[in-house]
Amino acid sequence: MLDIRGLAASIYDKPILNGIDLTVPPGEVHAVMGPNGAGKSTLGYVLSGREDYEVTAGTVTFNGTDLLAMEPEQRAAAGVFLAFQAPIELPGVNNANFLRTALNAIRRAHSEPELDAVQFLKLARAETKRLAMPDDMLKRNVNVGFSGGEKKRNEVLQMAILRPKLAILDETDSGLDIDALKIVAEGVNAQRRPDFSALVITHHQRLLDYLVPNRVHVLLNGRIVRSGGPELAKELEKSGYANLIAEAA
Amino acid sequence: MAAVTETLDTVQSVTQSGYKWGFETSIEMDFAPKGLNEDIIRLISARKEEPEWMLEWRLKAYAAWLKMEEPQWARVDHPPIDYQDLHYYAAPKKKAGPKSLDEVDPELLKMYEKLGIPLKERAILAGVDPDTVENTQIAVDAVFDSVSVATTFQTTLRKAGVIFCPISEAVREHPDLVKQYLGTVVPTGDNFFAALNSAVFTDGSFVFIPKGVRCPMELSTYFRINARNTGQFERTLIIAEAGSHVSYLEGCTAPQRDENQLHAAVVELVAMDDAQIKYSTVQNWYPGDSNGKGGIYNFVTKRGACRGARSKISWTQVETGSAITWKYPSCVLHGEDSVGEFYSVAVTNNHQQADTGTKMIHIGKGSSSTIISKGISAGHSNNTYRGLVRMLPSASNARNFTQCDSLLIGDQCGAHTVPYIESRNLTAKVEHEATTSKIADDQLFYCRQRGLSEEDAVSLIVNGFCKDVLKQLPMEFAVEAQKLLAVSLEGSVG
Repeated sequence: MLDIRGLAASIYDKPILNGIDLTVPPGEVHAVMGPNGAGKSTLGYVLSGREDYEVTAGTVTFNGTDLLAMEPEQRAAAGVFLAFQAPIELPGVNNANFLRTALNAIRRAHSEPELDAVQFLKLARAETKRLAMPDDMLKRNVNVGFSGGEKKRNEVLQMAILRPKLAILDETDSGLDIDALKIVAEGVNAQRRPDFSALVITHHQRLLDYLVPNRVHVLLNGRIVRSGGPELAKELEKSGYANLIAEAA
Repeated sequence: MAAVTETLDTVQSVTQSGYKWGFETSIEMDFAPKGLNEDIIRLISARKEEPEWMLEWRLKAYAAWLKMEEPQWARVDHPPIDYQDLHYYAAPKKKAGPKSLDEVDPELLKMYEKLGIPLKERAILAGVDPDTVENTQIAVDAVFDSVSVATTFQTTLRKAGVIFCPISEAVREHPDLVKQYLGTVVPTGDNFFAALNSAVFTDGSFVFIPKGVRCPMELSTYFRINARNTGQFERTLIIAEAGSHVSYLEGCTAPQRDENQLHAAVVELVAMDDAQIKYSTVQNWYPGDSNGKGGIYNFVTKRGACRGARSKISWTQVETGSAITWKYPSCVLHGEDSVGEFYSVAVTNNHQQADTGTKMIHIGKGSSSTIISKGISAGHSNNTYRGLVRMLPSASNARNFTQCDSLLIGDQCGAHTVPYIESRNLTAKVEHEATTSKIADDQLFYCRQRGLSEEDAVSLIVNGFCKDVLKQLPMEFAVEAQKLLAVSLEGSVG
């Protein structure tokens, strides 16, 4: 599904990623962990096509196509979804209208018929119910006046409605209490199917108790320095990144 | 950052082709010679078959105008206007002011078809009795250069007691009403452009809603400047008697020309006890090309008088066109508990300049006003909100709430907010809020990450920004206005 080879990227000429190799097979959830400044968020931005980042080397193949050659909206249409670490506010833009416009843009790209307001609301309400979110989430303006937890849940709701093939969750667990954390984890678990993969970027092992990954990768100085099964996350929780940093140095 | 740079590049390339209404209609015209003097005014008055008092009124205004100077306080900049180099009267030849709709020149009908005005009207104009054509609820008065060419639904309106006709006809047919109200809200010597308009106004609409009548349909006037080197000076007068209601909309376009054209209109509204007037404008005059060449100079005086208790006047404007906009639709709140409202979206792109806002003059006890202004600037444009809220000593417990928001697209445009607040009554309350924001790259990226194209993303963000104003427009026009916003900002960011 997702195949990253020798990926290097910089922002304003400062190298952040220094040769990443990572493969996420279909149906799997992989966690990317690492200390602050390791390049975790940059990886998410580069995969989704944020313009400020310059790819200096490497390739990214997504379901056989060259992801790096695509515009952000083309990547979205191909099924890449980034749950933002700090979701953006859109004043005056109604959440339901935003999501319907997005969903229809993606459906158009696949030559599928667009959904009218009634069809969309039916779909959206089913998802809010499944995620135990109040219906008024749809009526409010995108992320405006949302608490930190609501913003993160709204990202998960968007993911559930847009049904991506690859979800990149950028520290979606940060700042969440345990109940919100469970809801987010359940939201991702509900998406699990043979053609869905997820890249879960996180600082903490806590989320991975509820969202059990197939693989865990440790990112340090823009490189993956270790990979392992779910037990690696538990190990890191005990020993911290200090040993790895020492090893790398 | 990259998105914004790209945006600016695109902005510079779009406008030339962006104005869809820039075509010219070839119709034989009857022009007055260029220039302005008493003889020209006599000629206009004669062409309009006006009574003597009207001519005298014009000449008085002209005398006042001669002693006045163009206002210099607005944040707009233009080469001097040569008032002697304009035609002050231009009318389609053959019949100036057809007696019935089927006398209208087919070229004109073609033009209105192109413009897509709800002149249902192609049927009607082709000779069908307007009252037999159903499923439209809008009566239209179409003004082409200096004359009104067609007014629809006359009979239905007349049944309700509503008068809706070209003002030139009202001067002849309803002289007492015109005499009683014309110039009482905007006096002939009010300002330079109002004085000029009073001297040379050629056409416009007249509306009279009698006591207690709710106007059975939306009224609409469509203005079109077609002829070259011609100024358009229309005059609109709307009178709502006690307890009556009316909703009125005006739209405007002009051909794409390299030289600037002058438009100096005056609109006067009068609302008596418990009367309500809702006046909506979608202004889409040609804005000039991407280098700022050509376009309409729009110097307009619009004012409403809430004369009666609990009367209400509401201005809603969506301003996307014109090279220069100088316009302050205002309310004079005489009546006790009268209400004034001003909702505005002003978009400037390329080299457009807009200096627009409102005046709310509180005289009556308990009068209240609301001002919501949304300015959007892109390209090299300058967008200024200028507003005055004045509480007179008599305005006990009067209230005003003002909110001015500016949205910047790119880094070469300007947004300015100039509020003037004068309160001479201690019980009056005035609130003012202002914000300035930019369409941020992270907002665009967020939208694109969800699958929206850059253009859809901008349109969504801009419409969100304007929502409070757009929802004030009558339904059909809100949709139009949204489309217009999208066209005006096409390529201005993604």
